[in-house]
Amino acid sequence: MIRKPPASGKRARRGVAPPETPKTPEAPRYLLRLYVAGLTAHSTMALANLKAVCESHLKGRYDLEVCDIYQQPELARREQVVAVPTLIRRLPPPVRRVIGDMSREDRVLIGLDILPEM
Amino acid sequence: MWADANGQELANRFKDAPVKKKLTGIQGFDLITEGGLPLNRTTLVVGTAGSAKTVFAVQFLVSGIEQCDEPGVFVTFEERPADICTNFASLGWRIEDWVKEKKWAFVDASPAPEQMTVSGPFDFGGLMAQLERAIRKVGAKRVAIDSLGAAFAQYPQNAIVRHEIFRIANALRELGVTSVMTAERQEEYGEISRHGVEEFVADNVVILRNILEDEKRRRTVEALKFRGTSHHKGEYPFTVSAEEGIVVIPLSAIELKQKSTIIRRPSGNAELDKMCGGGIFRDSIILVTGATGCGKTLMTTEFISGGARAGERCLLLAFEESRDQLFRNASGWGVDFAQFERDGLLKVMCAYPESKGLEDHLIQIKKTIQEFKPERLAVDSLSALERVSTTKGYREFVVALTSFVKHLEVASLFTATTPTLVGGTSVTEAHISTITDSIILLRYVEMLGDMRRGIMVLKMRGSAHDKNIREFTIDGEGMHIGKSFTNITGILAGFPHTVPADEAARIERLFRNGQMDPAEM
Repeated sequence: MIRKPPASGKRARRGVAPPETPKTPEAPRYLLRLYVAGLTAHSTMALANLKAVCESHLKGRYDLEVCDIYQQPELARREQVVAVPTLIRRLPPPVRRVIGDMSREDRVLIGLDILPEM
Repeated sequence: MWADANGQELANRFKDAPVKKKLTGIQGFDLITEGGLPLNRTTLVVGTAGSAKTVFAVQFLVSGIEQCDEPGVFVTFEERPADICTNFASLGWRIEDWVKEKKWAFVDASPAPEQMTVSGPFDFGGLMAQLERAIRKVGAKRVAIDSLGAAFAQYPQNAIVRHEIFRIANALRELGVTSVMTAERQEEYGEISRHGVEEFVADNVVILRNILEDEKRRRTVEALKFRGTSHHKGEYPFTVSAEEGIVVIPLSAIELKQKSTIIRRPSGNAELDKMCGGGIFRDSIILVTGATGCGKTLMTTEFISGGARAGERCLLLAFEESRDQLFRNASGWGVDFAQFERDGLLKVMCAYPESKGLEDHLIQIKKTIQEFKPERLAVDSLSALERVSTTKGYREFVVALTSFVKHLEVASLFTATTPTLVGGTSVTEAHISTITDSIILLRYVEMLGDMRRGIMVLKMRGSAHDKNIREFTIDGEGMHIGKSFTNITGILAGFPHTVPADEAARIERLFRNGQMDPAEM
């Protein structure tokens, strides 16, 4: 399940790396943080869409944190979260930002710099 | 503050208005808006690049903190908070300190350094949450958002941005804060703003302009619309001064409610006092016009020396001659400026007209007057300032200056140079002749191959005065007013010609006792 990032800063993990992954040995792990605003339509939509994208393209090699801007306002302030939902790719570098409800899969892939499988 | 309207006075004056307003504390702006910005509403401040929008937005919060002890929140879509702190430190605004003292909070919506992609619909929920939190944290009464244009540039989904800004404006109203939002426009005269922001944001629009006119920059501010409440119409000049930020010059907003006095003071020349019916009124404004070299600076000197000898504090503003020249001139006429200065009765301020804009001159002059508190002011010459501004800007300057000194009851003498050697009028005369209480004309009179000088009191409000054109001479003791020119006519028109003595006598008889003698007709 997706968990809120603990206050200690330890990252929540999504899934356990299955034995058949990673597909290529050098494939980087993705550390993603999604900012949502409670349970608004955009927020729930973004979470569902993002999970689908990650499962089909980054299966087993991503960590996803979900932050509620109302629960963790200071974090949202530090990361200049203006638009909601905002997805921040914290790893691999460089940092990248995707906003919106993640309904456009092609845009999410471009934003996260993931090459879709042929 | 403006001498004629401090904050409390303004607040009282407009307290019964249906739409309440919040004093901005921006000098002069509260006068032209009749009490500030509509309370708990959003006002859109639009302007082209470089029209001082950000200064306005920042100053709105600064004066809230400095003058009303009201904290504020600044939302920036453009510059980073650190840059804003640095940029405005030169104006003496301690934004960083206020942040620490929890009087000022930033919401940083400036572009994040990383690349951003849009993957579908979004809203400004993050901004809203931060804004609300910041408002609660500092107890803000004022919010400034700078600028909407930058928000549109960052998020190309115009429809979403538009809707979100609308939502923010509504939320701000419910939170009970008065806010300004800045927005860009492309032309000084054209559509109100880019993206048609004014249509969905605000019931209230203020336009800042930075117009290039005759190779000179002129800033003006206009309250375009304030829904449900009144304000002064049209453009008012303003300047961004290094000490106070935006200072608006209200001009016609100044009320004509000067007091009046019947106390007369010496003009500095006994004979002139007689011509004026016993001296000049203590609160009067005298305009002395004449061609170059016909004695205006001398009149100024006599006016100052008359004041100083009577123990009045005098301020001399010189725009044509340097301090040394003035002192030398004065001593040539037997007046010791240096002694007056040592006695603390005289302050001389010399400046090149071109050294700054007219608005800045005005602010400097007002400041000096407020500090030195003179009872007498001489400006030599006012018309020298004509060349640093547009005709319109000059007129506004003259009106603002005269109404200011009038209000403080400073006896003032302004000189104006006429463009032609004989006769003629100047722009200055046209602009201030109705505001001045007295007009004294100095004219060259050509008589039988001689150039002589004539003086005339053209107008003296509230008093009888000599209607003759009198000849005067200048020597080491100053000005000597002699007899009136007889048998000569056309001096004012600039075409003096002699009239035979018997013809003059005949005309004299014609109007004897105000009646015509039928026998002579």
